Amino acid sequence: MSRAEPARAPGARPFALLGSELATLFRRRRTIAMLGALALVPILIAIAVRVTSAGSSGRGPAFLSDITQNGLFVGFTALTVSIPLFLPLTIGVVAGDTIAGEASLGTLRYLLVAPAGRLRLLGVKYLGAAVFAIAASAVIVVVGIGIGALLFPIGPVTLLSGDTIGAGDFALRALLMIGYVSMSLLGFAAIGTFISTLTTVPVGAMAATVVLAAASQIMDALPQLSAVHPWLFTHDWFAFGDLLRNPISWDSYAQNAVLQLGYIVVFGSLAIGRFTTTDVLS
Amino acid sequence: MTTDAAIETSGLTKIFGRQRAVDDLDLTVPRGSVFGFLGPNGSGKTTTIRMLLGLAGASSGEIRMLGAPMPGALRSVLPRVGALVEGPAIYPFLSGRANLLRLDAADLHAPSATRRARVDAALDRVGLSHAAQKKAHAYSLGMKQRLGIANALLRPRDLLILDEPSNGLDPQGTREVRSLIRSLAAEGTTVFVSSHLLSEIEQLCSHVAVMSAGRLVAHGTLEELRRGEVRVTVRTPDAANAARVLTELNLPLDEPASGDTAGSGDSVSAVLVDGVLPETVTAALVAAGVRVRGLSVAGETLEERFVALTGEGFDVAG
Repeated sequence: MSRAEPARAPGARPFALLGSELATLFRRRRTIAMLGALALVPILIAIAVRVTSAGSSGRGPAFLSDITQNGLFVGFTALTVSIPLFLPLTIGVVAGDTIAGEASLGTLRYLLVAPAGRLRLLGVKYLGAAVFAIAASAVIVVVGIGIGALLFPIGPVTLLSGDTIGAGDFALRALLMIGYVSMSLLGFAAIGTFISTLTTVPVGAMAATVVLAAASQIMDALPQLSAVHPWLFTHDWFAFGDLLRNPISWDSYAQNAVLQLGYIVVFGSLAIGRFTTTDVLS
Repeated sequence: MTTDAAIETSGLTKIFGRQRAVDDLDLTVPRGSVFGFLGPNGSGKTTTIRMLLGLAGASSGEIRMLGAPMPGALRSVLPRVGALVEGPAIYPFLSGRANLLRLDAADLHAPSATRRARVDAALDRVGLSHAAQKKAHAYSLGMKQRLGIANALLRPRDLLILDEPSNGLDPQGTREVRSLIRSLAAEGTTVFVSSHLLSEIEQLCSHVAVMSAGRLVAHGTLEELRRGEVRVTVRTPDAANAARVLTELNLPLDEPASGDTAGSGDSVSAVLVDGVLPETVTAALVAAGVRVRGLSVAGETLEERFVALTGEGFDVAG
C-alpha cells in the first residue's frame, strides 16, 4: 500500500546525518574563520618571540621561555594561552549554535519532519561540537609546531622531568596533548548544547555558554571556594603538564576524564530531557 | 472509514497557557483527496499541522496518520509524508542543492545511493535546476518557496502537507504549483493544503475544512460546503416583466439595490429554489416575451461561505 517503505531502507546509511553535519559545519565560513583565528595565536606568539627574543626572561605563559631553544614548544605555549578564552569562545559559539541555530533558521522543523529523530539529531549535533573541539586544539598545536620549526631551531625535546625525547615520542606527546585539551572541553560542549536547546536565539546560547566558562574559571581562582574546585569543569584545564614527564603520569588524564564524563552525563541528560519533550514552534 | 483516512484526529486540543489554540478538533482527511484546510490568521491551522507532524505535542486528543498513531509511529510514518510547514527554511550559506542533500541525509530511511538523483529530480520538478548551485541566500522569496516544495518531494510520498504552498510565488509559479498538486494527486498522493487563496482551494480541492478560533466550523466535500443558495440572475431590459415571471415560479426575489424598485434596473436575481431548473426559468421568461440578454446561475462562492463561517472582522483571533 505504501510506496515508501517504513522500515529502514537498504542503502540508508545511519551516519549520513553526521557526515552532513560535519560537512556543513566545516564548510561554513564562520567555522573556518574561527579556526583561522586560532591558528593566528601560535603564529603571533612565534613572531613576537622571534622579533623581540625576550623569551628567556622566565615570565609569561608556560613553555614561553623554552621556545627560543626549541621551536616545537610554540604549539604548547599557544595552547596554554588559548585555553582560558579563545578555545572556550570558539567552542561556545559552535556548541551554543547546535540546536538554537537550526531553530532560528527554521531548519530544525524540517530536520525533525525528515524525520531525523530528536535523540539522533541531538547526538549528531553534540558530536559535531566535539569534533570541532578536537579540530580547534589540533589546529593550535599543529600550526604552532609548524611555525616553530620554521622560525626557531628544533631538536630533541627536553621534558619537564629532564628526560629528552626524539621526534616520534614528541609526536605522540603532541597527540596526547591535543587529546587532553579537547577532552577537557567535552563537558563544556555538553553544557553549551544543553543551553542551546533552551532558546531559539543562537547568540544568547553562545554568550551564556562562554560566560559560564569564564565564571567557572573565576570560581576556580577564589581560594574561599576551594571546596567546589574539584567539581568545576574548568578545574583540570591546565593539568596537562603530566603529559610532558617521563614516564607519563596518567592521573590527571583519568581524573579529568571522569569529571568531563560526569558533565556530559548530567548536561546530556538535561539536553535530552528538554529537547525530546519540547514543542518546536520556530 | 478509519483505515481509509490519511489523517484522522479526534478531540485534538492544544492549549498555550490559557488559550485554546486548537479546540477539540475532529478532522478526517480521506485518502486520495486534495484537502483544503482554511481559516483566518491565528485560527489554529499551523498549530494543527505542527501537531500532525509531531513537532508539537497535543494537550489532549488523538491523531492517526496513514493508519498509524502519531506521534507514536513518527519514525515509520514521517518518511512517507512530505511537508512544507510555515514557509520554507534554508541554510543561507549552502547552495539550494546542498540544502536538499542535507535534509535528505536527515531522513534515516532515505537511501544514500539515490540521494543525488532524487535531489536533482526534485529540483527539476519545481524548476530550480538552473539555480541549484547558487547559494540559497541569493534566492528570491519564490525560489525559496520552490526549494521548500522540492524538499517535500524528495521521496515518493503517500501524503503531502503543504502550508501555504503558493506564498510568494508569481502567477506562473502559482499555476505551476497548482498543476504540480494535481499531478501528485493523480498519482494517488493525498494532499493536505492550507491556504488563504480561496480561489486556489476552490480550483484544487475535493474536500475542505474551515477553522475559526481553534474550532472546526465546516468540514466536508467542496460541494457540501458550497451548497448554499444557488441564485439565478437575468439580464434584461424588461426587468419588471422578468421579476413577475420569477415570482410566478415561486422564486424569492433578491432585494433590489437601494433606490431601485423591483425590476427597475436591467437585471433581476432570485434564489433558485430546489426543484426549479434553470431551463424552466429560461422557458418561462421566453414564453412571457421577456427579452433575455443573459441568464446566469451561480452558487455561493467559497469566499462568501468562508466569510459567513468565520466572520467579517479584520481582527486576528487572539
